[in-house]
Amino acid sequence: MTPLAGYLLVAALLFSIGLAGALTRRNAILVLIGIELMLNAANLNLIAFWRYGPHPESLTGMMFAIFSIAVAAAEAAVGLGLVIQIHRHAKTTDLDAMNRMKG
Amino acid sequence: MSIVFYLLAALTVAGGLAAMLLRNTVHCALALTVAFAGLALLFLNLDAQFAGFAQILVYIGAVAILVVFAILLTRGSETPKDGVFSRSWLAGLAIAAAVFAVLGWAVLQSVRVLPHETAVPVVTVQQIGVALVGRYVLPLEIVAVLLTAALIGAVIVAMHEKEEHK
Amino acid sequence: MQEAISIAPQLAASPIAEILWLIPAVPMAAAGLSALLKQSARKTSASLAIGSLSFSLLLSLIAFVHVLGNWMGGITTREVVNLTWIQFGTSNVDLGWVLDPLSAIMLVMVSFVGLLIFIYSIGYMKSDENYTRFFCFMSLFAGAMLGVVIANSLLLLFMCWEIVGLTSYLLIGFWYQKPSAAAAAKKAFLTTRIGDVFFLLGIVWLFAQTGTLLFYNGGSGSIEHAALAGLLSQPAAFGLSAAGAIALLIFAGAAGKSGQFPLHVWLPDAMEGPTPVSALIHAATMVAAGVYLIARVYPLMAAGALAGGTTTALTVVTWVGAFTAVFAALIAVAQNDIKRILAYSTVSQLGYMMAGLGMGGVAVGIFHLITHAFFKALLFLGAGSVIHGCHEEQNVRRMGGLKADMPLTFLTYAIGMLALCGFPLLFSGFWSKDGILEAAQHWSVAKTPFYMLVFGALLTAFYMTRQVAYVFFGHWRGGKPAHESPAVMLAPLGILAFFAITLGFIGTPAWPWFRAFLNGKAAGFDWHVLMERELMTLMGVSALVVFIGIGVAWSLYGDRSPKPTASDSLEKFAPTAWGWLSHKFYVDEFYGMTVIAFYAWWGRVSDWLDRRVWGGIVAGVAWAFSLAARLNRFLDTNVVDGGFDKGCEELTVGGGLLSRVQTGRVQTYLRILALAVVALAALLIWSSKA
Repeated sequence: MTPLAGYLLVAALLFSIGLAGALTRRNAILVLIGIELMLNAANLNLIAFWRYGPHPESLTGMMFAIFSIAVAAAEAAVGLGLVIQIHRHAKTTDLDAMNRMKG
Repeated sequence: MSIVFYLLAALTVAGGLAAMLLRNTVHCALALTVAFAGLALLFLNLDAQFAGFAQILVYIGAVAILVVFAILLTRGSETPKDGVFSRSWLAGLAIAAAVFAVLGWAVLQSVRVLPHETAVPVVTVQQIGVALVGRYVLPLEIVAVLLTAALIGAVIVAMHEKEEHK
Repeated sequence: MQEAISIAPQLAASPIAEILWLIPAVPMAAAGLSALLKQSARKTSASLAIGSLSFSLLLSLIAFVHVLGNWMGGITTREVVNLTWIQFGTSNVDLGWVLDPLSAIMLVMVSFVGLLIFIYSIGYMKSDENYTRFFCFMSLFAGAMLGVVIANSLLLLFMCWEIVGLTSYLLIGFWYQKPSAAAAAKKAFLTTRIGDVFFLLGIVWLFAQTGTLLFYNGGSGSIEHAALAGLLSQPAAFGLSAAGAIALLIFAGAAGKSGQFPLHVWLPDAMEGPTPVSALIHAATMVAAGVYLIARVYPLMAAGALAGGTTTALTVVTWVGAFTAVFAALIAVAQNDIKRILAYSTVSQLGYMMAGLGMGGVAVGIFHLITHAFFKALLFLGAGSVIHGCHEEQNVRRMGGLKADMPLTFLTYAIGMLALCGFPLLFSGFWSKDGILEAAQHWSVAKTPFYMLVFGALLTAFYMTRQVAYVFFGHWRGGKPAHESPAVMLAPLGILAFFAITLGFIGTPAWPWFRAFLNGKAAGFDWHVLMERELMTLMGVSALVVFIGIGVAWSLYGDRSPKPTASDSLEKFAPTAWGWLSHKFYVDEFYGMTVIAFYAWWGRVSDWLDRRVWGGIVAGVAWAFSLAARLNRFLDTNVVDGGFDKGCEELTVGGGLLSRVQTGRVQTYLRILALAVVALAALLIWSSKA
């Protein structure tokens, strides 16, 4: 197994764990945590490919990852702000209880 | 594959697992921090120093703290009565497993075409800076706008409403 | 002896012939105007009727004088004016009128007698509330009858014939509130209708064979020589030629209108109408229309006869006429209603006329028609006067002794009665009846009609004397005393009485003016004809018969005045025979059992058919439709609606099921997203591998 494959598998595993958590946990914040994990797994993927890719000197992978970090941070901020607002409104962060959009 | 890699990988995965499995939400947040740290170290292992430190600075330094704040503000530390996992947790797990299976299969299928070893790239901060204001100036500016918007947005979203529901 | 058929050439129409159509048109127009009047406009309607008929009389006299002038100059008039009415393809339907001696004489007779009767009606109908309607119908009748007389086209004749029948119906049923009057009107119409059907068949056949309905049309008319030759050569059924068959069909129509046996049943019942109606229509004119018709189509009736011989059609006419003469006279003997005796007498005399036509030719029959018109009208008007004077009593058994109470009526009535009996020499009836008897005596086929007619003359004298004895002699057996009628009623009686005497003299063998006039020959006055042995014997025989009849009747009835409830003198003598006679030989009952019962049965069958079968079919169709509608509704509700509703339900259910995907829970959405990503990725990878 090449080092790249290893990193990729780790990233995949992390991604799946994050996804599993996002899909199963009831607390909204934990869903966001899961999403953060998924984003990080993607970052790992990017860096891995940058390192073991054809042209590391063009910094494409690194730049992508950095921007991803920035965006993830912004997203986390807004998302958590939303969760706080929801909590103020519904007095809970339990996702199972929030089915007002039920069709 | 060096031992360092395996260790770091194990740490990260453990951290992620813990983040998803623990009952106490704060513990989850802290486990997430561990996972972030592990990832930062993995970045360092991959000779992406800037990314690694950016990871530490931003994720561990800001996002994790933010998450903890949010947990504390929403009384997330209280464990709910009927379990932390949703009723249909198996479906979610199955889907996640399916995703992993697909990804893993994709990776393992394409092992042969991936290169084995390459030279270590040398990346200086100056190069990154030049790249940011040169080639990637547009994404830079956009991200700046995004961050401003997110800042303002988060403030507005989380703001107390002015006694409107009397 | 029969005279030869005149084949005089057709003359160009003179001015009077051109305006001849006014003669029937003016009374019809008067009738139309009268119909618009209110019932209270009595004087107006009477003036219209009398005025229009006077005008017609005037024109008729002018026409007659014109024809007379021609005759005296040795020319036989036949002036024809024809018009084409409808043209379809090559054939035409023509109308037209003809002025010849026959039509001229008839015009004068009809308008004159009609006018006298109209004047009489002013007095007779004075107390009737439907005075205006009466004169309207009478005018219409007069117009139609005059139309029949001048018609040159069988179609025009038939149309006027039908109008005459209609007015007869209207006038018989004039007092329609009386059920017997309404029934009598219906009976008259239906019985004459039967005759008319045959008549119409004859017309159609004639038109089909000859291609024209005109009588005279400058040589191409339907009874002119060319057409007759064609008809004779055409064979029909039973060994007759087409001419004979058509002649018999036309005679059937005439028999209906003129009350010959077996279609005579309506005439006695027609006495339900007012007496002027009986006088005009059922004595003088309408019933004479049948006789006139035979006279008009005489060339057709006599077609194919060898000189001195006869045709089948004329033989049939003779036998029917002779039989009717005796038959009706027998019945008249046993009747008690004053008008009914006269009605049966009319039927009998019509039989004489038909027999005269059959055996002696046009002049013989028509002469009796003319004289009969006058004395029969006189007798009816006299009877009307008697009825009026006896306060609407009509049973002769309840009259009597009116000779003293109503002298003028008695005088005129006696004149009429003697004329009818044929009292020798002085009275017109003698000469006209003798003409018929003479023809019968010389008939080539058989002598039986002669004996029948002589017997009929005996009966005529008998029943008339019986009637006069009951009414005018003996003592009064009625209720209130009788009174004489007003002058407006007596004047026409007087005028008619005059003609009843004098008209006879234009047709005596010594001076056969009438026959000569009709045939366009010269007439010479010759006493010596009367002295001929054969003629003297005949005159003696008929005179004897009259005297015997009067004598026997007088001995039985004269001055006796039996009580109304007592049986008749003759009845005591021969009760069964009397029963048969007074019940009119049960002809009406026979018809009731056979024809009418059959029609009633048929009516019931038709009604049953209509209600059950056709009605059932209609009901069945309606039921089928309602069934189809119900099926449609069922389909619509259950299949279409139900299907649609079910579909909508399923859609809703499906929607409901599908909406379960929208749990409102974020994690569910995420899961689905992840699943989709997995699927896509797998697909991509798998496809790129391949």
